[in-house]
Amino acid sequence: MRMRTLLLTVFVITALLVTACAPAPEPSAPAPAATEAEAAPAEAAPTEAAAEEAAPAEAAPADAAAAGTVIKIASQTPLSGPQSVLGTAIKNGAQLALEQNGSALQEMGFTVELAPYDDQATPDTGVANAKQIVADPAVLCLVGHLNSGVMIPSMEVYHNAQLAAVSPANTNPTITERGYAEVNRIVGRDDVQGVVGETFAREEMGVTSVYIIHDKTSYGQGVAEFFRQSAEANGMTVLGFEGTEEQANFDSIITPIIAANPDLVYFGGIYSQGGILFKQAREKGVTAQFMGPDGMDSSELASLGGDAVAGMYYSSVAGPANVYPATEQFIADYEARFGEQTQPFAAQGYDSMGICLQGIAAAMEANGGQLPTREQVAAAVRATADYPGITGSVSFNDKGDKTVATYFVLQVASADPAQWNTNQVIKSLDIAAP
Amino acid sequence: MRVRRPNPLMEILRPLGQLLLFILGSSVVISGITILIAVLIRGTRTDMDLLQITLVLLPQVLIDGIVLGFMYATIALGYTMVYGVLEFINFAHGEFFMFGAFAGVELLIWMQGQGWLPADQSVMAYVFLGLAIIVGMIVSGTISVTTERIAYRPLRGAPRLVPLISAIGVSFLLQDVMRFYQSAVNGAFYRSFPTFGGFSERITLFTLPLDGRDITIAIQLTSIVIIVAGIVMLVGLNYLVNATRLGKAIRSVAQDRNTSYLMGVDVNRIIALTFLIGGALGGAAGVLWAFRFTRADPYMGFLPGLKAFTAAVLGGIGSIVGAMLGGMVLGLLESFAASYLSIFTQGAFGAEYKDIFAFAILILILIFRPSGLLGGKTTQKA
Repeated sequence: MRMRTLLLTVFVITALLVTACAPAPEPSAPAPAATEAEAAPAEAAPTEAAAEEAAPAEAAPADAAAAGTVIKIASQTPLSGPQSVLGTAIKNGAQLALEQNGSALQEMGFTVELAPYDDQATPDTGVANAKQIVADPAVLCLVGHLNSGVMIPSMEVYHNAQLAAVSPANTNPTITERGYAEVNRIVGRDDVQGVVGETFAREEMGVTSVYIIHDKTSYGQGVAEFFRQSAEANGMTVLGFEGTEEQANFDSIITPIIAANPDLVYFGGIYSQGGILFKQAREKGVTAQFMGPDGMDSSELASLGGDAVAGMYYSSVAGPANVYPATEQFIADYEARFGEQTQPFAAQGYDSMGICLQGIAAAMEANGGQLPTREQVAAAVRATADYPGITGSVSFNDKGDKTVATYFVLQVASADPAQWNTNQVIKSLDIAAP
Repeated sequence: MRVRRPNPLMEILRPLGQLLLFILGSSVVISGITILIAVLIRGTRTDMDLLQITLVLLPQVLIDGIVLGFMYATIALGYTMVYGVLEFINFAHGEFFMFGAFAGVELLIWMQGQGWLPADQSVMAYVFLGLAIIVGMIVSGTISVTTERIAYRPLRGAPRLVPLISAIGVSFLLQDVMRFYQSAVNGAFYRSFPTFGGFSERITLFTLPLDGRDITIAIQLTSIVIIVAGIVMLVGLNYLVNATRLGKAIRSVAQDRNTSYLMGVDVNRIIALTFLIGGALGGAAGVLWAFRFTRADPYMGFLPGLKAFTAAVLGGIGSIVGAMLGGMVLGLLESFAASYLSIFTQGAFGAEYKDIFAFAILILILIFRPSGLLGGKTTQKA
């Protein structure tokens, strides 16, 4: 009898664990220090590119009291784990911007440093890091995150501490809809991105039915919902809407897709799941076209998905660095500095840092050359108007959205991950923030 | 007085027959229930013929379920092996499994770098896959024995919960060791299984018509490899335990440790061997899992480990064939739940509810058969 009770107890606990533990997108674990990049500013001396950044270089006479004061700009992105490719690109972009454009603040007598944090694409870790970040009085601005699901809980911490945050990648509408004065983003929103993707699928790809799968995160499920709403409103048949946290075994999700026989399979989520899902779907005989949002945008998609993803379309709020006219110098500098190709969102990381630096400088100027408070920096960042970023001119509206954001539809050029940067922009649209 | 010698041939055929019968039986039962539900709620959907869709999908869902069942079963063998001897739940088994997967994947990635892996089907592809499985077994077996020596043996006299907690600690430790190693060496957590040998090819069994289309029912070559490997593991382990001298020693330690010690059995050696065998089985399962689902990551052992443990309990923990049967039930339940829930509920419950559904049914089964399908007084101990 005791044996029976013990077994049953263990069993119920197991069942609870399975159901309760599942939602975490990636199990959390202590972060390994991202060692390679922040070692030293290295040889990357400010080049001519620095000049184009038009940082307000009035170089106010350095206040003696401020001399040597350290200002930190934090970054929070996944630096380890399956999404580290994008997270590291953002951090590297931000670091490059700091090295090239930090001189304006240096001349005012401050030392500016990047404090990179690893959020592991996990909400708990993001919030824990956020608390550490706001506890450091030297931090005046933050660049981050990659995942909306991490940004949403973390931004409560930034809001309470009045710390300005500039997001290079978060697209979930909630982020600016809460109306926090501190939170801004330089990319588009999912309520537009979902519609852009759906419109492209309906009008250009000619699909009439879709099967939607999402990863149950704020980001993935959010953009999938917007895709579905737009599809239903415009007469496209939605044959299924499924969420999954599986990382590897998509067998049982794929079987109903085969039965439903859609024209298109849309996956709202990130490439680390998407690549494997598309590969297994193709192997199991799904003939539909594939599509996804900007979470697909990484060369890892090609290395995981192989032939299954070659030729598929994805929508994005961030084109590859080479679609922006002003990024040639950036791409060259990035490759020289970090010895690898740019990844999506690297240029956005660069611009987010630029806006942080400009905001701090403007706040400092308004403060008579003294160290500004976080509140002053947040106000100055929100007041950003016509900032000449490499990804286009940035002005924030009263919610913190970019007033006019560009949305793209891209096509995967090849199953070879090394060819990822040759993906073609099929369509690009400038749409005002809703 | 002559002791009846086990007939080696019988020891091979018996578990095979049991397994085959059980797969057949449970497939028929679960398919029958599904079809019954489809008939009952047929009228609720006007947009499609529910019964027809159910029938057309059925063979594919069954195949997927059986393959998944073999995957869980191969992991469950390791749990049941250790439990049978020590009555101790080795929660670190999922991590032995993960280490085996990484060892196999790393070896194959290295071979691919050397240009050895053939792109098309060939005998060499199977040889290399077999090699990867063996390396996975060696690595996992070694870690398993080491863990037993360091973390379990000193606690052997302690109350039952103490080694259990030690096992959970080992499990976290191993996860983080692998995560640290992978992120230091590769910069990312996970490794993809190299594509080679044309294993992802599908073998079409037959086609069924649906709305003027042909739905092909097919099985991937990977799945066949997994089924064959699962059967070999089951039969091999069963033979080892029931028909060899070593097996007799293992069974005697399982039955009564002190008495077998008095009879001259080296108990410590037998327990270490049990861990070696259990760990090696886990390693092989890990490589197969990565082979089937194309990637290895440091946390991959957690959920499959829990589910395989469940399978072992369901089958009657301690019983080898039971672990196989438990895995099969779990695999079939999961596959059916994930594929049919959204069709039957018109999307109200989707595939994400499959675990809740499967575990609810398992709890029900255990309420009526607390010692598992093959458990109870007659448990044939490993």
